[in-house]
Amino acid sequence: MGGLDSIVEGVLLGGVYALFAVGLSLIFGIMRLVNLAHGDIIVFAAFLILTATLALGLSLGVATLLTMVIMFVIGFALQRLVLERVLGDDILPPLLVTFGLSIVLQNGLLLGYGADSRRLQAGAFEQVSVPLAPGLSVGLAPLIALITAVVVVALLQLLFYRTALGRAFRATADNPEIAQLMGIDQRNIYALAVGLSLAVSTIAAVTFGIRSNFDPSIGPARLLYAFEAVIIGGLGSLWGTLAGGIVLGLAQTIGGRIDPEWQILSGHLAFLVVLMVRPRGLFPARRR
Amino acid sequence: MTTILPERSDQRAAMGHKQPRWRVQSATRLSRIAGIAAAVAVPLLFAMPAWVSRNLLQDLIFVFTMLALAQLWNVLAGWGGLISVGQQAFVGLGAYALFAAVTLSGLDPLLAVLLAGVAAAAVAALLGPLMFRLEGPYFAIGSWVVAEALRLLCAQFKPLGGGTGMSLSGAALANMTGTKWAAALFGLRPAAARDVVVYWMALVLVLGITTAIYVFVRSRLGLGLAASRDNNAAARSVGVRTDRIRYGLWVIVAFATGLVGGLVYLQKARISPDAAFSVVDWTAYVLFVVVIGGVRTIEGPILGVLVLWALQFNLAGYGSLYLLILGLLAIAVMLFLRRGLWGSAAARWEIQLFPVRQRLVRRKSEEP
Repeated sequence: MGGLDSIVEGVLLGGVYALFAVGLSLIFGIMRLVNLAHGDIIVFAAFLILTATLALGLSLGVATLLTMVIMFVIGFALQRLVLERVLGDDILPPLLVTFGLSIVLQNGLLLGYGADSRRLQAGAFEQVSVPLAPGLSVGLAPLIALITAVVVVALLQLLFYRTALGRAFRATADNPEIAQLMGIDQRNIYALAVGLSLAVSTIAAVTFGIRSNFDPSIGPARLLYAFEAVIIGGLGSLWGTLAGGIVLGLAQTIGGRIDPEWQILSGHLAFLVVLMVRPRGLFPARRR
Repeated sequence: MTTILPERSDQRAAMGHKQPRWRVQSATRLSRIAGIAAAVAVPLLFAMPAWVSRNLLQDLIFVFTMLALAQLWNVLAGWGGLISVGQQAFVGLGAYALFAAVTLSGLDPLLAVLLAGVAAAAVAALLGPLMFRLEGPYFAIGSWVVAEALRLLCAQFKPLGGGTGMSLSGAALANMTGTKWAAALFGLRPAAARDVVVYWMALVLVLGITTAIYVFVRSRLGLGLAASRDNNAAARSVGVRTDRIRYGLWVIVAFATGLVGGLVYLQKARISPDAAFSVVDWTAYVLFVVVIGGVRTIEGPILGVLVLWALQFNLAGYGSLYLLILGLLAIAVMLFLRRGLWGSAAARWEIQLFPVRQRLVRRKSEEP
């Protein structure tokens, strides 16, 4: 069952990558801003959760909720105090600011926590596995990560297409000037979008922090996985992003099964192949 | 920056117009003085190994190579709008090409530096069409992905040490062209003489790259590039071949970046995939140099690299604190001094040592 095993593993890993990617594509979709610090923000959130569980003695669930609130506020403030000043026609300043932020976060975490590998402790729950078929069982934690990804995408989809806030998001994404004429406060919408992105990144951080070790230096790699999932899936489509994450997860686990050293590389190669044959991604949004 | 391409006065004269009242001009009095000062400084820089210590010489090699990388990124991202955060790909490729040529086929290290540039340009030429499918900010991360993929590929190359890397043997470096000559000239040991040769090459590279960029951005081609960055559709509609200019720029910048990468690792004489393809060493520092000094100016990166050198001199012992401060400084500059230290000063006091703007100037003789 080796082959089927790696397929299941790849799909489950894809859930985590999709969660990485959703936060990135949220900001890009609404503000046309690529946040180069996205990966480091996920790692930062993982360290916050770790601190909340170790220093405050909170349970993992409570710590995650608390961190989500904190990250939302940080995101809101980040947009209002920093990013807002550099957004404009020239895409260079916002890219450079987020790149600088990435370096600052990485080295700040290194100073604060050291270079050791950490992991979030989910208790007994980590060891539980669920039988899917005779001879094939999966860990409960990775399964829940995938389910979480599906739920998050579904909730965001609802938010975007069924609520007034979602309509404001879409209107601002389409045309900020006209949206503002219609009484939408663009500054608030942007700040909410960044806050939401960071809150979603916290969910990504917890699913990822239970699954594997993390240290301050791994942020950029998370950014690249998130980006690859977005491009593979196709711009402007949340379900596409989920599919993109799964394709990336599959490419990595299958590549890793052939030769462990090729795991990450095969993910990158899959991305380049998709870019070559379907530059708009596998499931691009029809509009835009 | 103006992106209009006014007709040249001689063209208009040929078409039978009267001598026009306006002409396009870049030079200023200050820029002529700066040109003379540079002409005096260059021979001095070449003679420098005669009296400075080996430590300072190595520092200057760092300053020159960093400045060369900064100028290259400045023209690619600043003027061209091709914002790459994956230039470490071409530093690493250059470095690996040099090591492959020297250790596997015993090529003269000086020639191998040239080969390093060719290798980087060849890969850039192949990747270009793929990368240009990604627009604007996505191009940035896409270039980073490519650099990571190349790092992992080089780590698979066992003859060059795989993931752990390797060192250049003294024997391979001993017969490098120019070393014996420099050793005899200054009475140095071979290792120190090699630094002198590398220093000269770094100086030649940084001068050549800076001059080429300066001439390019002042040319009509450079204006076309700026136009394609500011408004691609409009630039195409007036006949600027934007795709061709951008592709050419991408490949030539990769070539020069590969040269610098080869030279840097010739001096280090030790390579590993993580170091040669380091995003911090070959992109973060470079970006900070350009941002702090001033994007889209020739002088900005020169000032920026001096700031970096001073910071490194004082803070390098602190490791991550040093990078933290550098990152914060770059963010602060972007927020409060968008044009960088030099760019802001230049705008305020109207000073340009190496002017890159084209201005319309009224002819004196025509004034009433």
